[in-house]
Amino acid sequence: MALTPFVALVRKDLQIFASDRRAVIMAFVMPMAIGSFFGMLFSGQPSSDDVARIPVLLVDQDSSTISRSIVAGISTDKNLSAEAVPIDQARDRVRRGNATVAVVIPPGFGEAAGRAFFRGTDKPLLDFLYDPSHGMELAMVRGLMTQHVMEAVSREMFNGEQGRRTIDDALKEAGSIEMPEDRKKLLLQMLTAVQSFNRAVPQGSAAAPGSGGRAGSGISMPYEVHEEAVMARQNAGYNGFAHSFAGMGLQFMLFAAINLGIELLLERQLGLWKRLRGAPISKATLLGAKIASSTAISAMVLLVSFAFAMLVWHVRIEGSLAGFVGVALAASLMAGSYGLLVASLGKTPKTARGASTFATLLMVMLGGAWAPTFIFPRWLQRVTVIVPTRWAVDGLDAMTWRGLGFAAAVLPILMLLGFSALFAAIAVSRFRWEEE
Amino acid sequence: MLEAVHLRKTFGTLVAVDDVSLTLENGRILALLGPNGAGKTTTVSMIATIVRPDRGEIRVDGIALAGDTDAAKRKLGMVPQDLALYEELSARDNLRFFGSLYNLGGAELDRAVAAALEMVGLIDRARDRVKAFSGGMKRRLNLAAGLLHDPAILLLDEPTVGVDPQSRNAIFDNLEQLKKQGKALLYTTHYMEEAARLADRIVVIDHGKVIADDTLQGLTRGGGTLESAFLTLTGRSLRD
Repeated sequence: MALTPFVALVRKDLQIFASDRRAVIMAFVMPMAIGSFFGMLFSGQPSSDDVARIPVLLVDQDSSTISRSIVAGISTDKNLSAEAVPIDQARDRVRRGNATVAVVIPPGFGEAAGRAFFRGTDKPLLDFLYDPSHGMELAMVRGLMTQHVMEAVSREMFNGEQGRRTIDDALKEAGSIEMPEDRKKLLLQMLTAVQSFNRAVPQGSAAAPGSGGRAGSGISMPYEVHEEAVMARQNAGYNGFAHSFAGMGLQFMLFAAINLGIELLLERQLGLWKRLRGAPISKATLLGAKIASSTAISAMVLLVSFAFAMLVWHVRIEGSLAGFVGVALAASLMAGSYGLLVASLGKTPKTARGASTFATLLMVMLGGAWAPTFIFPRWLQRVTVIVPTRWAVDGLDAMTWRGLGFAAAVLPILMLLGFSALFAAIAVSRFRWEEE
Repeated sequence: MLEAVHLRKTFGTLVAVDDVSLTLENGRILALLGPNGAGKTTTVSMIATIVRPDRGEIRVDGIALAGDTDAAKRKLGMVPQDLALYEELSARDNLRFFGSLYNLGGAELDRAVAAALEMVGLIDRARDRVKAFSGGMKRRLNLAAGLLHDPAILLLDEPTVGVDPQSRNAIFDNLEQLKKQGKALLYTTHYMEEAARLADRIVVIDHGKVIADDTLQGLTRGGGTLESAFLTLTGRSLRD
């Protein structure tokens, strides 16, 4: 392969790229802007004091001791931002999207919940009004409500006025409860013991451990939680920008590669290809130079994006630097051969741009460039290993915020090189050397 | 010397060129005339090795061209019908690029670029981007791009399409100068007056076949102009 023509072909592509201000902005500024935006969306919280609380509306139609206790518990929960409102307002705000979940405690809830606590029957309903676009928050609120309802009901049952009445009533009605005799006997023994406990302990005198100092006993969470993010370094918080810049860098490097592929179609259209083919240079030089220039531009796009992320958003390569460079170069080569594939399969610049943009968006979406693949359904997580961007994103994540060693970069590098070879092979086999 | 021997090329069921042979000696201009779709561009493309012939061969100084990297290709210079230039680059950068494709570099390339720009009268606009050029200037630069490596044989595919009379005249002067330097020029055109002015020999091609190969005097022997002789040979029916 003659070096002078090869270098000239690569330099020419770089010159044309640099001369197109719109392409340069698209390649360098857009990933910075969009990467920053996605980074802010997906970043972890900087400290426990700044947890994103779920806004919850509370409608207490019961106003019983238990319902007031539930409202008080929710109001002090660090994961929730509770606000008491009337039912009409709650429904209206959820419908408008101003609130994600509203919990309605209906009239008689406390009384019924107390009875159901021991009997397990005739359970009252707790209404959850929710915005269907926030299913995840609904699940979280439901879990937290379980804790607060259990604590409130059990506390009242073991040490409250309503609990005393409920136990007395239950003992009076015990004869009419339909259950096997042996179990009925055990239930009576338990209720009698609770009644004795309630008489012995003055009302509201004991504070249960873990109850946050609220008066009264009852069932409480039997554990405390210690949270530790498993990261490359201790005290190094998760930096969502590392992932978002990997994703956006990849997206826009593929767009840059598409542009170079389309440049080749334009060269064909403008007759430039004839001049190139008329020169004494091999097909390997012509196509190799195109892949090389496309790879160089792709690498610049990715590395400039990361440089920006490092400077502005404090992204760090916590893992292997060699692994990071290896994944970045392999991903750039994949993008370069992808650009050549666009040039080979495209008929005209216009149709090629449309089809390749669609293919690229699909590839980056499935590769987890927009949103991390762990939020995908399991089957989709398994399927997306056939997408090269998945390996690039996983490889870059491993070398940046996950802080893994070079060994974790080997498979992504090999896969990306494999995709590069596949794209190049298809491109060369389908390349139209002659025009009618 | 350039020889095209029994060239044939088909595209699907279309026979674009059928048994075309021609010879071009150094210091001569051969005009290739023909209506639209006659096979002129395909013939030139085969000679330039851009299109591979189904049959026949191209010989340069008696040796058949073989392969993309055949050193004999350096003896050929191509000026395509299209304005095959990078609009975003300057005239100088365009020429430097095309010269590099022929392995020119350093001072040799600088000299070749300067000489080509001087010849086509664009030396003062060397640093300007091509997109700022007029049609005539682009045509002249298109010609210059084919001359950088000092080819012995120049293939010109309708090099004056769409240019003003001044630029056309300048191109003619350039071609006559190249002829005087001993270069062989193969020139395809629609314009009869261009062929009449420049060509030592005229080959008329239609439906992919050579239907006349003679001098201007030979073709107009019966009286009349080259155009009337051309219409007599190719007919008056309209072509696509």
